[in-house]
Amino acid sequence: MPETLTSSEVVTLTINGQEVSARTDETIMEVAEEQGIRIPALCHISGLSDIGACRLCVVEIQGSPKLQPACVTRVSEGMTVSTHTDRLRAHRRTIVEMLFAERNHVCSVCVSNGHCDLQNLAVECGMQEVTLPYLAPKLQVDASHKRFVMDPNRCVMCTRCVRVCDEIEGAHTWDIMGRGVDSRVITDLGKPWGESDTCTSCGKCVQVCPTGALFEKGVSVAEMTKRRQFLPYLKTMREVPK
Amino acid sequence: MNLDELESTAAREREQCAGQKCRLRVCTGTGCASAGSDRLTEALRQRAKERGLEGEVTVTEVGCLGLCAEGPLVKVDATDTLYQNVTPNLADNVLDSLTGEAAGITVCNEKQPFFTRQNRVVLENAGYIESDRIESYIARDGYRALLHVLAEMSPADVVAAITQSGLRGRGGAGYPTGLKWSTVAKATGPRKYVVCNGDEGDPGAFMDRSVMEDDPHRVLEGMAIAAYAVGANHGYIYVRAEYPRAIKRLKTAISRAERQGLLGSSIAGTSFSFTIDLRVGAGAFVCGEETALIASVQGNRGTPRPRPPYPAMSGLWGCPTLINNVETLGSIAPIIRCGAPWYAGIGTEKSHGTKVFCLTGAIKNTGLIEVPMGITLREIVFDIGGGIPNGGTFKAVQTGGPSGGCIPEKYLDMPVDYESLREVGSIMGSGGMIVMDQTSCMVDVARFFMEFCMSESCGKCIPCRVGTAEMYKLLTRIATGEANMNDLAKLEELCEMVRETSLCGLGQSAPNPVISTLRYFRDEYLAHVNEGVCPAGVCPMNARKGVTTHA
Amino acid sequence: MRDLLPKTAPPTSDKRWRIVDTAMRRNGYAPDGLIETLHSIQETFGYLDEPSMRYVASSLRVPLGKVYGVATFYHHFQLKPQGEHSCVVCLGTACYIKGSSNLLEAVRKRFGIRSGETTPNNKLSLLTARCVGSCSLAPVSVLDGQTLPHLSPDQLVEAICALDETEEAAQ
Repeated sequence: MPETLTSSEVVTLTINGQEVSARTDETIMEVAEEQGIRIPALCHISGLSDIGACRLCVVEIQGSPKLQPACVTRVSEGMTVSTHTDRLRAHRRTIVEMLFAERNHVCSVCVSNGHCDLQNLAVECGMQEVTLPYLAPKLQVDASHKRFVMDPNRCVMCTRCVRVCDEIEGAHTWDIMGRGVDSRVITDLGKPWGESDTCTSCGKCVQVCPTGALFEKGVSVAEMTKRRQFLPYLKTMREVPK
Repeated sequence: MNLDELESTAAREREQCAGQKCRLRVCTGTGCASAGSDRLTEALRQRAKERGLEGEVTVTEVGCLGLCAEGPLVKVDATDTLYQNVTPNLADNVLDSLTGEAAGITVCNEKQPFFTRQNRVVLENAGYIESDRIESYIARDGYRALLHVLAEMSPADVVAAITQSGLRGRGGAGYPTGLKWSTVAKATGPRKYVVCNGDEGDPGAFMDRSVMEDDPHRVLEGMAIAAYAVGANHGYIYVRAEYPRAIKRLKTAISRAERQGLLGSSIAGTSFSFTIDLRVGAGAFVCGEETALIASVQGNRGTPRPRPPYPAMSGLWGCPTLINNVETLGSIAPIIRCGAPWYAGIGTEKSHGTKVFCLTGAIKNTGLIEVPMGITLREIVFDIGGGIPNGGTFKAVQTGGPSGGCIPEKYLDMPVDYESLREVGSIMGSGGMIVMDQTSCMVDVARFFMEFCMSESCGKCIPCRVGTAEMYKLLTRIATGEANMNDLAKLEELCEMVRETSLCGLGQSAPNPVISTLRYFRDEYLAHVNEGVCPAGVCPMNARKGVTTHA
Repeated sequence: MRDLLPKTAPPTSDKRWRIVDTAMRRNGYAPDGLIETLHSIQETFGYLDEPSMRYVASSLRVPLGKVYGVATFYHHFQLKPQGEHSCVVCLGTACYIKGSSNLLEAVRKRFGIRSGETTPNNKLSLLTARCVGSCSLAPVSVLDGQTLPHLSPDQLVEAICALDETEEAAQ
């Protein structure tokens, strides 16, 4: 018998005042989704490992002094969770605002305009204007790859590209260099993408990128739509015992 | 080595020391070493030889004697005198003092509060032992606790003793050590690990450095006892690359202990085995955070991950891992030797034992001190520290480094313990205590720490990565006279938000220096913002053209 | 395209690669020995260049991106050759409030380099440290491994100049 069936048990918890039942191997995010409650998230994407980094999905848990990320926090018996309090809404708004202030996001000229996760988050969280000082360093666009382009000015450091390349494609071409506000996604030894020895040009990174930071060559403003159905599919197919 | 062999080694070493007619102990702590104590040692040996005193005078290099401000320090055992400011050219004067009058060298008063008000537990051997010689540690009851534990106590007994002692983590947060040990002891896994966190990154703190450099075996003994208590057979010491001497001495200590059978397999003839490896950090403050440290030991970028699961359940390679800092592990052997009730009897109701602090900044007696918990800040600053030099006035004392806060004069009579410090908006931290006088600007201090947090942020989570940069930008605006009241309001808002949403302790506590200075020195911020003036005259208020600064 | 998993041989015939090999062997060529290995390269050759990072990556079977990520995450690692002499100015709290930023400024004025830079003649590299743990001697700098206590900006510049003079005298 698979381990998950023996080690998890069914518990009852409360989300936003509503009692629900769940398995202990489920995260708050998964249980909320089942209930039709959408918790904003950016680094989380179904089919890749969760890292709890973007902090958009933090929720309040009664009795816990700290906010906890819904994507990696497992449910437990009697847990009382609030996902959309005023405090959380305000924090989420600021997080989205921080992303807009950190790099250079100009929707009107972006290939992903209209299909962008960051744009959608701004709408969802009610972020209307940037009141924080812009950091916006001028970063070099990398168009050295024959099929794709990387524009770090639109990157939100969600590391979806790093994870999909490592976990699904198995190439581990992408990684993060530097640290803090100076960290950047890189390929191999920080050389132009087109010179990468390890890239298979599979394009999975482009598809999972939430913004217009990774896009296909030749698309113009608002034309870059992304297909992500392959992710849960690949994950499931890889878990099926051969 | 069993207990009998240990005792005979100790006796032999003590006898040898007693047999030395005249022993000169030269402090080679960083402070004294930089002031020339290495050359002094050489000069003393050389001159003794030239004067035909070779057989009589023994010059030994020992760890930090404490009063770094007056280094190099030399203790002459025969006359029980401590000399200060002994530069290498004064070697002859020291040798003269052995036979007659001491001339030309200054006697350091050991009756001054700097020495008498201390209570040395972790630093008990500092100034007595030669760190590279294991016999020297054994002669001062070293490894006795480990052999006692192996022979007389069950692992559960050890955990119970540490719990009873009331020891709390000395790395900053003050988590009860006994509770941590019992969690790891009860956790199940294929293997377990003990990790010593020697990534002392707080700027303005060097307690752990001193312990690792001057008394490395104490750390090894503490780790071995911990390993026995929780059921681990392998350990790592994670040391910063900035401490090359600590790395060298720990390496030597590990190989000496292995050779004596005090580390390795079948320690003291029992079935207990424990080995230790050294891991050298590479300049990342965030690696002091438990989960980041684990990532770094495994050869990765030192980025933290959300907890739970805690390292006690799932740490190195997914195995239960006990992580304690150097000072915590350095307290273990004395607790076992002298008993948990003895240790619990020192300090306050909730904070037991002693704490090592680094007293620096605008203070007369800079140096390394160990005091009982519950002592007041005033006693530390004015009695032990000797007050503010050059006629300056006390303004604030900063504790807890970039995660702590600035404590103003009105709280000087507050007892130093985990709870009291937290109440006034700071933390115990690892033990840096930086005294500031009227020449320090609190906005500048807050900006300094924010710059620190910004460049030490790992960049994984958004609130810390972007938030510290934004707060730094706002503080810079204030420090240059460009800010308005909206900026100040924005800064306060960000403090709250970054504290509540950041992934790890670095981000969660990064706003603390700003919050605490705003709480106690708000008028200084207002002077910068409203009047374009830096009251302490530190900040470059250049951006405000036409506004004259304090003349 | 380069062979990604070559029969791993050191980038050059330099005998010192044995030191690096020993470091990797001590960790059983396990990927978790990456930081230790990078330390050994830097200690041996002074900095990490591209061929050395490629060598480590293939020897320890670690992705290139990860090697570069680790090498740039930790500020101790240098990816460029360093000058003959190094001056590390401590920016710990105790040093800062005692004016260590003036030391940096003095070096910049005299030698025209900022933190992390090396003079064009490759003589001097200026670095900063978060805290060298010698707070009682603030402000301190570490010049070629030697800790200099209680420095004024002029004294530091003088000490740096003296380095070259001793060298010239020795030649």
